[in-house]
Amino acid sequence: MTATHDIGPGPAQPSGRRAAEPPPGMVERRGASLWLTHALLILGVLVVFFPIWLAFVASTVTQPEIARPPMPLWPGDRFFENYREALLSGVNVPVATMLLNSLVMAIGIAVGKIVISLLSAFAIVYFRFPGRTFFFWTIFLTLMLPVEVRIVPTYEVVAGFGMLNSYSGLIFPLIASATATFLFRQFFLTIPDELAEAARVDGAKPMRFFWDIVLPMSRTNIAALFVILFIYGWNQYLWPLLITTDPSMNTIVMGIKQMFPSGDDIAEWPVIMATSILAMIPPVIVVVSMQKLFIRGLVDSEK
Amino acid sequence: MATVELRNIKKRFGKTEVIHGVSTEIDDGEFIVIVGPSGCGKSTLLRMVAGLESVSDGEIRIDGSRVNEREPMERDIAMVFQNYALYPHMTVRQNMGYGLKIAGTPKRQIAAKVDEAAALLQLSDYLDRRPKALSGGQRQRVAMGRAIVREPKVFLFDEPLSNLDAKLRVQMRLEIKELQERIGVTSLYVTHDQVEAMTMADRMIVMNAGRAEQIGKPLDVYERPATLFAAQFIGSPSMNVLDGRIEAGEMRLGSAALGPAPAGLPDGPVKLGLRPEHALPDPDSPLRLRVRLSEPLGANTLLHGQLDQAEAPFTACLAGVHRTNGSGEIIPLRVAPEAIHLFSPETGDRLN
Ligand SMILES: Nc1ncnc2c1ncn2[C@@H]1O[C@H](COP(=O)(O)OP(=O)(O)OP(=O)(O)O)[C@@H](O)[C@H]1O
Ligand SMILES: [Mg+2]
Repeated sequence: MTATHDIGPGPAQPSGRRAAEPPPGMVERRGASLWLTHALLILGVLVVFFPIWLAFVASTVTQPEIARPPMPLWPGDRFFENYREALLSGVNVPVATMLLNSLVMAIGIAVGKIVISLLSAFAIVYFRFPGRTFFFWTIFLTLMLPVEVRIVPTYEVVAGFGMLNSYSGLIFPLIASATATFLFRQFFLTIPDELAEAARVDGAKPMRFFWDIVLPMSRTNIAALFVILFIYGWNQYLWPLLITTDPSMNTIVMGIKQMFPSGDDIAEWPVIMATSILAMIPPVIVVVSMQKLFIRGLVDSEK
Repeated sequence: MATVELRNIKKRFGKTEVIHGVSTEIDDGEFIVIVGPSGCGKSTLLRMVAGLESVSDGEIRIDGSRVNEREPMERDIAMVFQNYALYPHMTVRQNMGYGLKIAGTPKRQIAAKVDEAAALLQLSDYLDRRPKALSGGQRQRVAMGRAIVREPKVFLFDEPLSNLDAKLRVQMRLEIKELQERIGVTSLYVTHDQVEAMTMADRMIVMNAGRAEQIGKPLDVYERPATLFAAQFIGSPSMNVLDGRIEAGEMRLGSAALGPAPAGLPDGPVKLGLRPEHALPDPDSPLRLRVRLSEPLGANTLLHGQLDQAEAPFTACLAGVHRTNGSGEIIPLRVAPEAIHLFSPETGDRLN
């Protein structure tokens, strides 16, 4: 990947005179200006990071310490106790179980969405069948129907199939994806036709072409979408809340809410905070580990 | 090795017919070049032979058997595309071996064939690279290699050199021709470049607006173009065409007599075709070129201007260096009567 330094076209400069200076459009910072920029950036990071830090601190102290007015700003000594309690027993259900549920749901949704949309985009781009544009627009229209809008009929259907409190109930209704189909379609359209023709001359049948050529060429796009969809799945709240009544099927995002005390119960804030911190870890791992592919998938494609 | 037969091939896209019936027979091992201006239907014709485009009418036979309904793969052809169409995520080795892999050839055999083709094309050092890391000429060779390893009956090329720079184009032109002669596979080669057509073809098909204007050996087409179009398309700079007439058995341009007309032609208007390189300086000639622009190329000199006797512009190509004193100079020129081509003004067909 080549880095371009041009931020904008900038005013035209007579060339030659400024040969050693950066290209027009790029503002070079020196001295005080450089420090100021960094100070601002660091400040920004601190502002964003502060609540997370507070959550972490709260997860390492005792309940009374949190309740007492000046909130502690430095970690206490209850790290292991609190996290052990959260993971193994939690409030209603062990956090480990909820993490597992969330993981299964997020991966299921991400993989399912990717498989389905790859195949439907492939069909729409490479096959001429009656009603092709009609189907494309139908898929495209469903973009306007997010989960929340169709939640009641979907619930009926899922309940009718007896999929309440099950992984399939958590995953399947969220799989169909117009967004991903649309993105893959756009990407496939940029693959030169001659490549498909070369494969045809080489004797590749359509699915072979898909498997050997389209799929490997899409891998950075797939990685980028996987990250986005994993987080989308992980953060689902309303749907799991509706269809899981059995605590052992709770996902972590809804589980945190479930931990909040009702009525006069005392909230176990350290355990809840430990749960929050734990809930953040898997998405962070996915983003960080796939960062390189993710960014490449968003900015360029291998053609 | 195979023969290819085209029988009155037509192609329609919807209601518009773009190929109006092309017929020819191609011998085993022959190198045929399809040449014509942009949009005349060269690619469409080639793609019909490849099986990438359906045939609206007519019949294509490879080795005597009809292939209209067969998939490209079953026709036993290999195609080299203009932009090479290499699989970007595969190495050179995988690119070249992909067809064989699909055909289920054992791995060891694929490797042997790829190595052999790579040696032939001087690609042995690049086998583990991706296409991205190759130069244009090398990519071109990989595309050729992919065609060779399959050992097809027919090679099809669609303007394979048009993405290369001028120098490399000349070199690759020689390489392709040499290679084809060595392995002797029947080939169909599409280009819009008449130099490529002249230098590479055993026979060429000159196409214009969906019709084959002339099919023949390059020099035959050059020496005896069958139509005005072929006459002007083949040869560089292109042939001068002037409105003349035949009078009492003599070719005339305005007031000037150009020599005896071929026997059997009636009196009347004709189109006179004069090749620039057949114009020779001759102080006694009545044809006088008023020079507007001169292009000295070293080996020869192009003079652009107008003859006294005709409206149309005229170009002469004189051998060697020819120093003019600029615009407005008048040079008397002679063209031998036997080098003059005659065409019908109505149909554009050759008369002599
Ligand atoms: N899919 C198509 N639908 C409709 N018309 C087409 C289609 N493909 C080609 N044509 C038309 O057929 C004619 C011949 O096209 P073709 O691509 O064979 O030209 P060509 O001789 O290869 O030109 P070039 O040298 O520019 O490649 C053109 O007029 C083109 O507009
Ligand atoms: Mg073409």
